[in-house]
Amino acid sequence: MKALGYLRHGFEHGVHPAHHKQQTADLPIQRVPFGKHYIMPLGQHTGVPARPVVAAGERVDRGQMIAEPGGFVSTALHSPVTGTVKEIGNFRGVDGRFAPAIAIEADPFATQQLDAGTPIDWQSLTLDEFIGAVQMAGIVGMGGAAFPAHVKLSVPDGVRIRHLLINGAECEPYLTTDHRLMLERPDALLEGAEIMRQKLGAEETVIGVETNKPDAIDVLRKHIQPEQPVRVVALKVKYPQGAEKMMIKSVFGKEVPAGQLPRDVEVNVNNVGTIVAVADYFSRGVPLIERVVTVAGPGVTYPANLIVPLGTPVRDVVKFCGGLKPGTREIIMGGPMMGRPIASLDVPVLKGCSGVLVFTEKQTARRKEYPCISCGRCLEACPYFLNPSRLARLAKSRMFDEMKAYNVFDCVECGCCTFACPSNIPIVQLIRTAKDDLTHRKEVDA
Amino acid sequence: MNTLLIAPAIMVGIGLFFGTVLAIAQRFLKVDEDPRIEATNELLPGTNCGACGQPGCLPFAEKLVAGEVEPGQCTVSTDEAIEQIAEFLEVDADRAEKLVARLRCNGGHLQASQIAEYRGFEGCRAAAVVSGGGKGCAWGCLGLADCEAACTFDAIHMNSNGLPQVDIDKCRACPDCVAACPRDLFELVPLSQNLYVQCNIPLAGEAATQLCKAACDACGKCAADAAPGLITMRDNLPIIDYSSGGEARPDAIFRCPTRSIVWLEREQFQDQESRKAGAV
Repeated sequence: MKALGYLRHGFEHGVHPAHHKQQTADLPIQRVPFGKHYIMPLGQHTGVPARPVVAAGERVDRGQMIAEPGGFVSTALHSPVTGTVKEIGNFRGVDGRFAPAIAIEADPFATQQLDAGTPIDWQSLTLDEFIGAVQMAGIVGMGGAAFPAHVKLSVPDGVRIRHLLINGAECEPYLTTDHRLMLERPDALLEGAEIMRQKLGAEETVIGVETNKPDAIDVLRKHIQPEQPVRVVALKVKYPQGAEKMMIKSVFGKEVPAGQLPRDVEVNVNNVGTIVAVADYFSRGVPLIERVVTVAGPGVTYPANLIVPLGTPVRDVVKFCGGLKPGTREIIMGGPMMGRPIASLDVPVLKGCSGVLVFTEKQTARRKEYPCISCGRCLEACPYFLNPSRLARLAKSRMFDEMKAYNVFDCVECGCCTFACPSNIPIVQLIRTAKDDLTHRKEVDA
Repeated sequence: MNTLLIAPAIMVGIGLFFGTVLAIAQRFLKVDEDPRIEATNELLPGTNCGACGQPGCLPFAEKLVAGEVEPGQCTVSTDEAIEQIAEFLEVDADRAEKLVARLRCNGGHLQASQIAEYRGFEGCRAAAVVSGGGKGCAWGCLGLADCEAACTFDAIHMNSNGLPQVDIDKCRACPDCVAACPRDLFELVPLSQNLYVQCNIPLAGEAATQLCKAACDACGKCAADAAPGLITMRDNLPIIDYSSGGEARPDAIFRCPTRSIVWLEREQFQDQESRKAGAV
């Protein structure tokens, strides 16, 4: 029976990177002091950019809405500080491109005290009103994709959500934000889970946590009230356990077919941070203006788990952590497997940024690339059962259109293939490049 | 002896039967194909590049013979080949004006500011999808040679300044480099249009020049010096409108502080080595 349970709480394929979480796993979350400059990009969530509702020179309070949703797949933005809107212009973003953003200069004499927000009587809201409230609170998926949370909540007629799955796997190495949130704010997490579960009409809440966080599993189990239909499932430590389709497979044994969404198997998946943000908004009236960020890696002087106001430049965050050690070569936003390196320290921390990782030459030096030896390790690693080796070969020969026949768009760029490759071929990088070529290539009619 | 003859006899019989059937079919079901299509196809370059708008060279040859397209629409063939086809088909060559690929950027290693070092795998699009490479300018050439790899005609080579140099004689104005560039910097320009703006930065003044020494700072001097209406400033960049009727003269570039508007007779960039050698 136990063996069967073990089989159930896993998924096929995947890799086992060293988790490196000991650096920050025991450090309590602390708050970063307020800085001077804040940059809030209008397009920091997936979907349509938000529309600014303030003008340059206007005074804004912490938590005040500064941009409204630009469409349905879009969320509101709120000012992370009390201060003055300096400029609405183009600023360098995480991807290196300049994009519209609201620059706010913090008022050095303001107390930065949040107005005692009024709890929202969520029980009396209809589902549509609830979805609208989540959108106006600016809540997005905090795991990294920054997909607006309310879009997931709005299920079409005839689809029923039976399970609310809360993702506390945190399978990316180094990151400990969800771990610390589960340890320090289990009540908020369970409160948010209850709000979401009741509004979705789900039967039960399942919190999936990897077994490398036994303390979090214990704390959550202790805080669950007997009458709450919540259970905590311990999951095998394996990357990418936190990918929503993998997690559904692990917890419920159901497979989400390619091109379908979790709701098609009656599940709604949300990150721990998202659920806490929901609790903060509905019980305390605080919109999404800050998030927990892990600052770790061999290149940072004092690693930490921090509450960072959104829009804080990475420079300020790194400075608070004692600065960079000599020999730092690369700073990654997000986890080391899926995060993106940043080219400038002036880019701000955004809603989807779970970590700022600092690496030195030793971790980032490129290893010599050898020819593919057709060993098949990438095929065994790919959790989506694609053929990464073939995709990489096609990408190298610039045969991008042929890659569609190998389902290149089912790739979520988890990086297992590159991690597994003994020939050091940058497989996921090649696939990512090809996907970008296929989606953004300029169509020329000569 | 008898059995030995039966097998060959049957084979010969079958052969004769099908031979007759084929001979009859050849006679009554024959489809006449214009022999000119095959001959025209022979004269075309056979690269199947699609620059003419047809799926390949044979469909283009079919349309040529049908008179639906002009020989000049093949930008890849040499002038002589076009003349030959036109003579052969006895139509007007309608040779289009020669187009060449020009890069809307002059920010090589020597000009663009460097804010980070890109160490990912080589390729412009690869750099563009992570954090835009190491250059401070987010609109300019990444210098990682995607266009060189994409060019079918071996016309693009990176020069020592990290910019793609287009060999005008080899460039056939197929749109491979235009599609390959993740920053959309390549465009096909008639060789006769000498005035060219080689910058893509939408910023003005110091904001632009601190990112790149060769950036257009939107001073507008070129617009003031050119024939009225020829150059207009839009989004902090000069736009040259050849249809305005104003004569394009090299005067417009004389006061440009950053060499972002240039007068091009032939190749856009000189190799840095040869430029140095020429200066001495």
